[in-house]
Amino acid sequence: MHSTSYIVRFVVIMTALVAFFLALLSTGWKDQIELNEAIFNKRAILSAVSDYLGDQDPKEMSDAEVIGIFDSKVDQIALDMSGTPLEAEDIIASGYKGGRAEDIDMAKEKKKDEADRILPLYVFNSDKGKIYIVSVRGNGLWDEIWGSIALDGKLNVVGATFDHKGETPGLGAEIKDNPAFPNSFKGKKIYNDDGDFVSVTVVKGKAGKNNDYAVDGLTGATVTAVGVDEMIRRGIKYYEPYLQKAIAQ
Amino acid sequence: MAENTVVQDAKAVKSEPLFGKKEKKLLLDPLNDNNPITVQVLGICSALAVTSLVYPSLVISVAVVFVCGFSSLFTSLIRKNIPKQVRMIVQLVIIATLVTIVELTLKRYNFTVYKQLTVYIGLIITNCIVMGRLEAFAMANKPWRSFLDGIGNGLGYGVILIGIAIIRELFGKGTLFAGSPAEWKIIGPTADYMINTLADGSWFGWYANNNLMVLPAAAMFIIGVFIWIQRSYYPKLVDIS
Repeated sequence: MHSTSYIVRFVVIMTALVAFFLALLSTGWKDQIELNEAIFNKRAILSAVSDYLGDQDPKEMSDAEVIGIFDSKVDQIALDMSGTPLEAEDIIASGYKGGRAEDIDMAKEKKKDEADRILPLYVFNSDKGKIYIVSVRGNGLWDEIWGSIALDGKLNVVGATFDHKGETPGLGAEIKDNPAFPNSFKGKKIYNDDGDFVSVTVVKGKAGKNNDYAVDGLTGATVTAVGVDEMIRRGIKYYEPYLQKAIAQ
Repeated sequence: MAENTVVQDAKAVKSEPLFGKKEKKLLLDPLNDNNPITVQVLGICSALAVTSLVYPSLVISVAVVFVCGFSSLFTSLIRKNIPKQVRMIVQLVIIATLVTIVELTLKRYNFTVYKQLTVYIGLIITNCIVMGRLEAFAMANKPWRSFLDGIGNGLGYGVILIGIAIIRELFGKGTLFAGSPAEWKIIGPTADYMINTLADGSWFGWYANNNLMVLPAAAMFIIGVFIWIQRSYYPKLVDIS
């Protein structure tokens, strides 16, 4: 049996060594990891407008190409909940050091009161006019789900991408893994003929071919599909004040 | 004390071959006779959770081989210095450190794969095979043998994992290696697949993906069938557990 003082010394020294080594590794790689994360997010945003990128597929672009296209063609705007664009100082005041819309962490914003949230909006300047890419976030079955929805100048959906933290592979994870699901949002409308906001409904089962306001659900992933439906309905609505002003111009 | 261990091992290397019969047995036994999943029935939880697709199963298997091998090596190196009262916490710290290294390495060098696996990487810490080997073998054996034992058990786990995943993905989704750079589309209702079930004159018009296969329950059945087949071939395994 070892003495208590030996145990204390052993544990303290071991923990210190391990902590030091991991901290070293983590700080040493921090910049590259943050860059990877930013590229990953930019690639996802570009995937929402893949129809406007010619024959380039965002999934196969190199990291440099992703950054190049994003920096040259995408304007980023941060909005408050009333639809007013924010200055860099306002974004920094909200807790994001970089001061750009892309620094906004939707997961943190989701935890704030609705009135205090700030929203990132990406405007893609395509050959056919401005495409507004809104970021949405909600809850799936196991954990959070999020996505980007691209809207054209008439506020019709022209593209979507989704991602998730822990949905079941083969079931809920199909929102990301099966390209047919995000693609089914293309061409859908979020305003009815009277101009009321109706969003795109994810129906359980088949939506029917001529339904402009609904897409097919996912077999075996009802809760995730309902989560996507709610996320879009609430998420796009947040951007409504700004988008209505922007397209009226 | 650590120096002592090294000196002893140097002697051991002189008197015994580096990779003799015993070493080979340590490495290969877990693949069949002493398989962690089908014989010891450990690590079942992750075998159910991650096996719906082959590619994540493959990455997890590689990670488990790494973690299992090196945690056994490090534990064995300091086994005489570890106070018995806190040995499990010490083992856990070693495992958690290695898993964190795996996680950071993936984040740094292959962010896409990291994003696919997020939760499962962390779950390696709770994989009972890893800690089971530390308690049962590495605490009482020399570093090189412990290392081989860890690698062997990681491989034994990986082989079963990939076996289950191949069956589940093929019959549940009609693909293999989905999500990886080299996805094989085997059987499905569009022209992208090798066997197009909707093509004119296709013999597979009746075929549909089996939705049970994507659910964790399917892995339970498949593990059961694996155990059944293995014990039919090797009756000596029947009374072990």
